[in-house]
Amino acid sequence: MKRTSLTSWLWMIIGALYFLLPLIATADFSLRAEKNKLGFLAYERVFADPRFISTFTFSLYVSILTIIASIILVVPTAYWVRLRVPTFRRAFEFITLLPLIIPAVVLVFGLSRIYGKYPFQFMIETPALFVVGNVIFALPYMYRSVDIGLRAIDVHTLTEAAQSLGASLPYTLLRVIFPNITVALLSGAFLTFAIVMGEFTMASLLVQPAFGPYMQQISSSKVYEPSAVAIISFMLTWACTGAIQLLGRRSPGQTQVAGSR
Amino acid sequence: MRRINWDWLGIVPFLLFSIAFLFAPGINIFINSFRGPNDEFTLNNIAGLFAQNIFDSFSVTLRISLASAALGGMLGLLVAYALVIGGAPRIVRTLFMTFSGVASNFAGVPLAFAFISTLGRLGLVTLLLKQIGVDLYAEGFNLYGFWGLVLTYTYFQMPLAILVFAPPLEGLKQQWREAAESLGANSLQYWQFIGLPILLPAMLSVFILLFGNAFGAYATAYALTGGQINLVPLVIARQISGDVLNNQGFGSALALGMIIMMAISITLYSLLQNRTARWLK
Repeated sequence: MKRTSLTSWLWMIIGALYFLLPLIATADFSLRAEKNKLGFLAYERVFADPRFISTFTFSLYVSILTIIASIILVVPTAYWVRLRVPTFRRAFEFITLLPLIIPAVVLVFGLSRIYGKYPFQFMIETPALFVVGNVIFALPYMYRSVDIGLRAIDVHTLTEAAQSLGASLPYTLLRVIFPNITVALLSGAFLTFAIVMGEFTMASLLVQPAFGPYMQQISSSKVYEPSAVAIISFMLTWACTGAIQLLGRRSPGQTQVAGSR
Repeated sequence: MRRINWDWLGIVPFLLFSIAFLFAPGINIFINSFRGPNDEFTLNNIAGLFAQNIFDSFSVTLRISLASAALGGMLGLLVAYALVIGGAPRIVRTLFMTFSGVASNFAGVPLAFAFISTLGRLGLVTLLLKQIGVDLYAEGFNLYGFWGLVLTYTYFQMPLAILVFAPPLEGLKQQWREAAESLGANSLQYWQFIGLPILLPAMLSVFILLFGNAFGAYATAYALTGGQINLVPLVIARQISGDVLNNQGFGSALALGMIIMMAISITLYSLLQNRTARWLK
């Protein structure tokens, strides 16, 4: 085995410090709500805050809607493209990757110009437009997960087998294809969940009572709670990444730009 | 009997969705960029982009994005090199890769808080440095200014660079190095004539990716500066919430400006990606 060189260690230590120092500082700060004593007071206060609970629940609700909507949107299309219209594949890929390069601010600006007025104003008055925006930004991750899942199974053979036994197409999709790509769907869902829970840009510009804007708002009135919330949010991202890793569908390099920058 | 092929109908729902919520907003922005207050054609909105304050916004956004892409890219390359080629123990490597996956997604408001706790006036590192006699803020450092933002952005830029650099570094085959050495090349020559030329497209494409990543960033900058800094995304956001002039056409022109910047970077990116892919077989 090759020996690790000194310079290599040096750079790894610098990298590790860059990663860990801000987290240590935040964790340290979040534990200092009580004078001269380390404790979880800030966390207790956050969990007791009704606005924490309501915004967290709201974001949870939006993330579930987003996951369902994007699965309904992506899976049948990806399946159909693979099965019947492979010529559309490149265009489909291109469209699903577009959200990676469009800044959230720009998309919200365009969306609110169109759907902020008659006869669509209901979309901006309800969380509908917020969900739509999240679905758009979840597209790249959902598409990639589903595509990896579909690539791993033989879509054509499975479909022919199902149909020769008399299954209709919707039945095949629901009872044959879906169960075979559950793992892929779950990893897409976890990533989407992580993105939606931390979403700030669209939520604040569309004035949604979401978790992202809540995190920002408490920073103006509270001292230690923001750090506690930051740690909670980081744990959430960790949990999602851990879940995806456990599902074993993610190779390094597959991770990409996500979240609200 | 020949039947008409109805297969394309299956993709209509997806197409309709993307037209309604992805392309329509884009077209709306484009049209409104050239539309005046009375629905007439005008170039005033576009000309407005070159007004001093807006030009300054684009310029500072550009500089922050370039600086954080350069810093994050360099650090990411060095760490990835140490991990892949420097022969790091497997466990260290796995830890770094997993953590990079998390950290590249850790952005926005919580990231801003983390950096305030670290490098703010009362931050951990600020106070530690003060104890050893270095007063960051007296030296002119400000977390809410240019370098503060660059350092904060680097937190999500570096892990992304690590993740993207790992595959091309793994692609540098040991045999190439051995072949070069058996022909009498030293380490410097190996890098000059083999390593760097192969890595160069990857380096440029990572740089562009990171640049775009920073250019569109809104949440981090907003949470960190409280909206005090005039980055383009923040200026557009003000147009949406209607704090200032609230000129729709001008807001559209700003958004169009950002779309064009991103389009240029993504085109360069995909061109370079094709070049890198050649060596990764």
